[in-house]
Amino acid sequence: MSNLSSSVGIVTPQHADFATPLPLNSGHVLASYRLTFETYGTLNAARSNGILICHALSGHHHVAGRYSADDKAAGWWDNMVGPGKPIDTNRFFVVGVNNLGGCHGSSGPSSIDPDCGQPWGSRFPVVTVPDWVTAQARLADRLGIDRWAAVIGGSLGGMQALQWSIDYPERIAHALVIASAPKLSAQNIAFNDVARQAIITDPDFLGGDFYAHGTIPRRGLRLARMLGHITYLSDDGMGEKFGRMLRSGEYQFGYDVEFEIESYLRYQGDKFSDYFDANTYLLMTKALDYFDPAKDYGGDLVAALKKATASFLVASFTSDWRFSPERSRETVKALIAAGKRVCYGEIESVHGHDAFLMTDQPYVDLMQAYLDRVAAEVNA
Amino acid sequence: MTTLTTLRPDLQLIADWVAPASRVLDLGCGEGELLAWLQQHKQVNGYGVDFDVNNVVSCVKAGVNAIQGDLEAGLAEFEDQRFEHVVLSQTIQAMQHTEEILLEMLRVGREAIVTFPNFGYWQNRWQIMQGHMPVSDDMPYQWYNTPNIHWCMLGDFENLCAKNHIRVLERVVMAHGRRVSFLPNLRGSLAFYRVGRG
Repeated sequence: MSNLSSSVGIVTPQHADFATPLPLNSGHVLASYRLTFETYGTLNAARSNGILICHALSGHHHVAGRYSADDKAAGWWDNMVGPGKPIDTNRFFVVGVNNLGGCHGSSGPSSIDPDCGQPWGSRFPVVTVPDWVTAQARLADRLGIDRWAAVIGGSLGGMQALQWSIDYPERIAHALVIASAPKLSAQNIAFNDVARQAIITDPDFLGGDFYAHGTIPRRGLRLARMLGHITYLSDDGMGEKFGRMLRSGEYQFGYDVEFEIESYLRYQGDKFSDYFDANTYLLMTKALDYFDPAKDYGGDLVAALKKATASFLVASFTSDWRFSPERSRETVKALIAAGKRVCYGEIESVHGHDAFLMTDQPYVDLMQAYLDRVAAEVNA
Repeated sequence: MTTLTTLRPDLQLIADWVAPASRVLDLGCGEGELLAWLQQHKQVNGYGVDFDVNNVVSCVKAGVNAIQGDLEAGLAEFEDQRFEHVVLSQTIQAMQHTEEILLEMLRVGREAIVTFPNFGYWQNRWQIMQGHMPVSDDMPYQWYNTPNIHWCMLGDFENLCAKNHIRVLERVVMAHGRRVSFLPNLRGSLAFYRVGRG
């Protein structure tokens, strides 16, 4: 049985600086860059028990544990990663990395461009999922990991796991693609563009170079997050949690916060705009929009997956309408047609897209069972 | 992963019909016993489909590829003629879309193996003559809680095949784990069919 309360304890982020230029999908070349990452557990002598955790839109390298004894919040996937948990740090060497373009220590729009000593701002190139995977592969080289026992991610993270299986078939034994999609739908892109427009049209955005002016496009970022949050929850889940509850018990006939859901969304938006970078938000949503591994194969996902040698776990959640089960089934269908080993679970949950961060029992059981299989293969 | 040495007799009969190293789709695969055995003993390459997430978890534990899905919705995840064998074991009688699943099985596979409890078994007839719906080891439900909604006898299933131009390639009828060849529709409690388009 997995123990969802144990923790990896106090953790410290690390940095890896790369001086080898990184050619990007966009045609730009990043001359040098930094990746910030964390590791938990111990790499075995055969270097075969490494697991890479890829983060989603607003995630980062701080996957599990705390930075100090009185740190209020643990890493974003602390319920899944730790001793005795499904991604068991007693068995696996787990790596979390902040992707390029992020705002948590890796090179990104808010970090300093070494060429001019100023924040990159609008000059930071747009990066894509394959660019991230290339950068992650270089980090793997640095860590001495030739082949990951598994690459795991939810949402945008799942897209990276899928891309790994295509770009580095010999370097990944298992891909766990959770609450994800093989490409975005028009509706997904539409939501992302509304979020981007909220940020770009904020007068404090200043074309992306707001750092020098000491401003933050807080209003835009806040709206983007509020919109995003609505799409991460399900109607039922939201109804269950907030319903039509009023903060004061009766209508105020005004435009201040009245319904609990308004209060919740504004709180989430405010909190987010305090710590997240607006340019990173733009960049991450673009990486989502551009993701389409079938594009280089004439739109044929089966052809794209042909050379993958990994085994796959695909999982989706019934109430997720941002990346619905139908989208995961597209991936499953292509994997089966390509003759790959794949398991697929469609988890009953009210938590919407956010369910991949929760602990609905069948989800935990499925992850546990699959990762037991991964561990058995590498004798971890 | 534990090594399975013995299979339930009805699953063993199905396993005997499966060619070594073939591609197998097991519909309503449960905990994956059949596929796990076939992978270990016949090196098949297979997928199971089951509606219940807990069965998918059990399949993962057994090292079986399992796809959670609803057979009533068809087999859209699978392309035409992807498998040599498609198995539907003691499930067809519980399905709404009986004819559809049979056609789907032969769309995605070259051969279908279908097994079901024979309603014509004498003990069932005897219980009906006594004024009750049959309850037995192979049909362990009361009329009010049975998932089995489409009962048939051997001839009924064969008529459905004929209607759809499906050929019966092989038929075995069993009772108490033994084959029955004399008066099978009366003496057999479980029917096993291997059918195809060929």
